[in-house]
Amino acid sequence: MREITLSQAVNEALAEEMRRDPTTFIIGEDVAEAGTPFKVLSGLVEEFGTDRVIDTPIAEPGFMGIAVGAAMTGARPIVDLMFGDFIFLIMDQLCNQAAKTHYMSGGKLNVPLVLRTNLGATRRSAAQHSQSLQALVAHIPGLKVAMPSSAYEAKGLMKTAIRDNNPVVIFEDKLMYQDKAPVPEQEYLIPFGQANIKREGRDITLIATSSMVQVAEKAAEILANEGIEAEVIDPRTIVPLDEQTLLESVRKTSRAIVIDEGHQSYGVTAEIASRLNEKAFYHLDAPVLRMGAMDVPVPFSPALEDLTVPTPEDVAANARKLCAGEMIHAA
Amino acid sequence: MASAKTNTEDYLRMYRQMVRIRTFEDNANQLYLSAKMPGLTHMYSGEEAVAVGICEALTDDDRITSTHRGHGHCVAKGADFKKMFCELLGKAEGYCRGKGGSMHIADQSHGNLGANAIVGGSMGIATGSALRAKLQGSDDVTVCFFGDGATAQGLMYEVMNMAALWKLPVIYACENNGYSEYTRTEEIAAGSITARAEAFGIEAFRIDGQDVLAVNELAQKLVARCRKGEGPFFVELETYRYHGHHVGDINREYYRSKAEEKDWRENRDPIVRFRTWLVDQGVASEDEIEAINAEIEKDAADAVAYAEAASYPDTSEVDMHVYAA
Repeated sequence: MREITLSQAVNEALAEEMRRDPTTFIIGEDVAEAGTPFKVLSGLVEEFGTDRVIDTPIAEPGFMGIAVGAAMTGARPIVDLMFGDFIFLIMDQLCNQAAKTHYMSGGKLNVPLVLRTNLGATRRSAAQHSQSLQALVAHIPGLKVAMPSSAYEAKGLMKTAIRDNNPVVIFEDKLMYQDKAPVPEQEYLIPFGQANIKREGRDITLIATSSMVQVAEKAAEILANEGIEAEVIDPRTIVPLDEQTLLESVRKTSRAIVIDEGHQSYGVTAEIASRLNEKAFYHLDAPVLRMGAMDVPVPFSPALEDLTVPTPEDVAANARKLCAGEMIHAA
Repeated sequence: MASAKTNTEDYLRMYRQMVRIRTFEDNANQLYLSAKMPGLTHMYSGEEAVAVGICEALTDDDRITSTHRGHGHCVAKGADFKKMFCELLGKAEGYCRGKGGSMHIADQSHGNLGANAIVGGSMGIATGSALRAKLQGSDDVTVCFFGDGATAQGLMYEVMNMAALWKLPVIYACENNGYSEYTRTEEIAAGSITARAEAFGIEAFRIDGQDVLAVNELAQKLVARCRKGEGPFFVELETYRYHGHHVGDINREYYRSKAEEKDWRENRDPIVRFRTWLVDQGVASEDEIEAINAEIEKDAADAVAYAEAASYPDTSEVDMHVYAA
């Protein structure tokens, strides 16, 4: 199978869906000729024109609100938010307007829009261009949240998101744009709420999102050399969450670590760990561990920044302790 | 008064719609005072000429966005009393199946994109509706209603900038009722409100919002120009809210005098002014006017009784409509 980058995969998904549905359009800062700073959208304005690849002023709440209104009246906007950190700027339009309109109208109005944005530290971009804020939006009923872990997921989830009749937030890992993965030439969609078992194992379950799937897979390789067989699962969407696949795995392995690049406190890892505790407690041989980013603003210096994100070695070390029974009575 | 619509039927429909709004609000206030309505509500009484003058220039294909003070827009855009009172009382037959209530009431089938409880929160939605119209080659127009208080929100300036850059068919209708919640507008608004729109190259107007014919005449012109691609426009309508910020805002002399309220009610009431004009012009007799009023009062009383007897939503609906299918 051919291999393409995550960036190319997103670009292909957008182009295919824009050809398929004339009501779709892209709106955001520097999306047209510039193709975004990450060049993910290169070539789209040449094919679809400036009416469907719309450059805006630097006014995130403004263009987010405009997308909500267009979505409510028959269009399918794809909003490009240059950095995930800018979600704080659009919170009212995303969480008070887009997320609640269907419910508040008693099901009469829909808001079919996609918010494309990114996450991920270790790019030496400091505290306002490095955050992973998926937990913030996953907390709000009415929003769906997708977290692709490779080019394959990025394409399939994006196509599903564009056809969904709800507001969907997609977080791409900005450090993975140039990572290649096998992506079929023929069309495919990845349904929401369907986790992917990346690697099978019987000793411990590593549940990881987005960028952390690679970390978990590397940890599993380290552990395999020591005779510990880790199962790696990528939920692919955290809302809706494929609880069933996660529970089945944990009932089999009896141990789990949840890894996500958002801050650890009150985060995605806490939510998933809590569900496993509530629903698989009597199958567990050890507490479910959370591994998120440190609870600090992301620092600039490489000497500090690299300390804030879980690494394969960290994950392997914790897995080793859990499997050895060292953390059964963890403080 | 200025003249816009020119036949008896149109004049009487405008009068009827204004009285319907006032009557709806009087009944809503009674429901609040008698503790039959859950929560609270923001009365539109006194501002009827604004919603009616503008909405009478629109078709069902044209969209509006409304505010927390939204009953007037809802009625003016064609809503039915029964479903409105049901919504106010949280009943299943309400426009939003009881999930929105007073602050989110809207008859979506007539192009009302919802009342919004975030001050200024709908400005992006209205502008986006207009962008959709332009992209899809549709000639519908969107009117964004908001109060003077919302002119302090940054979103307004972001979306007016884009609407002007892209020549969108949207009319920003600022209902300046003189008060931003419990604060006089001159204490929260520096300079001129219309000048802010003009800074973006948007043609702006300031008119008497108590004169329904003047409002309607301007609205008809601006809607026609929007359909020809000459939008956006900005209109500041000078008006007045008879009640407090909400129905519970009773003791308000610390920010507004009773003499001022009396003056607006007695000398600038939009319904009384239009009624006098209709009789003076021979469009309707006093008897005919009284008959209209009585008919609307009966409609409202029937609708209130209907809503009081109507069923609440089944508890199974609580997690319905979180996501669309």
